[in-house]
Amino acid sequence: MIVRELELDLDAFEGPFDLLLALVLKEELDLRDVDLAGIVTAFLERLAEREELDLEACGEFLVLIAALLELKARALFPDEAAELAELEPEEAAEELARRLAEYRRAKEAAAWLRERLAAAGDRYFRLGPAPCAPKVETPLAPQDPETLARVLRLLAQDPPDVSLSHMALRFPPVSQFLERFRALLRRRSRFDFETEVGEMTRLEQASAFLALLELRRAGELSIEQAAPFAPIRVSRLQENNAEDERTAQWTVRSA
Amino acid sequence: MDRPLRLISTDPLDKLARTLEALLVVASAPLSVEELAAAADDDPERIEDALRLVGERFAEERSGIVLEHVAGGWAFRAGREEAPACARLFERPAQRSLSQAALETLAIVAYLGPCSRPDVARIRGVAADSAVANLLERGLIAEAGRDNGGGGAVRYRTTPLFERVFGLESLSELPRLDDVGAEAAEIRDRLHAVAEKRSA
Repeated sequence: MIVRELELDLDAFEGPFDLLLALVLKEELDLRDVDLAGIVTAFLERLAEREELDLEACGEFLVLIAALLELKARALFPDEAAELAELEPEEAAEELARRLAEYRRAKEAAAWLRERLAAAGDRYFRLGPAPCAPKVETPLAPQDPETLARVLRLLAQDPPDVSLSHMALRFPPVSQFLERFRALLRRRSRFDFETEVGEMTRLEQASAFLALLELRRAGELSIEQAAPFAPIRVSRLQENNAEDERTAQWTVRSA
Repeated sequence: MDRPLRLISTDPLDKLARTLEALLVVASAPLSVEELAAAADDDPERIEDALRLVGERFAEERSGIVLEHVAGGWAFRAGREEAPACARLFERPAQRSLSQAALETLAIVAYLGPCSRPDVARIRGVAADSAVANLLERGLIAEAGRDNGGGGAVRYRTTPLFERVFGLESLSELPRLDDVGAEAAEIRDRLHAVAEKRSA
């Protein structure tokens, strides 16, 4: 029988014992939430299932559960444990007795409450929301029927149509950039794309880039880029103005 | 002659008692004498006189409805003899099966409250989280500020529902628990005996 593989089914934890130990040591599981008596019960049940007494397993279990108990006790009395250690045996016994008496009182009080609850078992009463405090009156100002009619008339009118114009992105026409790049290439044999569009808005830059791709497809220019994000160099290929008029009508929106 | 209505009534206290009956039957929680006085628009002294009248009318074995002084106020409840019929009509989630842990936690909060979960854990020796959550859900305890002037652990106190469920007029009705002195001495002696054996 291997203690570490002991399967546990507790409120705070479900799984093998060694996982519980690992979680506790990593402080991912708070020992204060773990029912250690439940672990002992699980171990005893497993032990009872076997005919012979496995002394080795019992020894290992005792060591582990004792360590857990000590850790839990320390967690419950973080500062007071240190205080207790500093006390003389006489004082420590005194302090322990005081605490045991305190718990004894709590248990007695609980017993009294239990009796009281049993005695109150035949007391039925209505349960409801919080006591109804007298409501503060909010008197209405004198009202004019005509005001009511006016408000109703307002409600009967169709509200103005909501403008959706801001919802659509407006791209500048690609054609304007087609012309611009052609003119540029008539004057110079090559240019830097970034320098040409640097001053433009993002949407204009997008349209300009589409124009560039369009011209590339038409075989009017060639595009080079040394590396990703490097400047895009554009150079003239040939003087070919066929099909200009068709591509000039092309816009992003119609695409 | 400036208050003719008062003159017509043969027994003003009886009229006031009827008003109190009406207030108590519509209220969903115990009403204090002050609340009754405000609602009935009358003096607190006369309210107390009228309450005595109502209490005579609505007493155990005389009526199915009983007037009781509970949770710092006055309320109607069912007569004890009618409990079986009431039990067939509905059950009471607030009272159902309180565990030993819940009762001990409740006792600590009732006696020492407001107090925090660490306080309860210190006395009981185990974490009180689930017991506290259980009692909160039943409405028997409620949050009441925090330790260390607001920065520390949440503190709890018992609610008026607690007093009502346990039939207490107020928390001062809880019995004194300082008469366990003899047992404390006995525990102390036992501990000393163990300590002596070790050192011997």
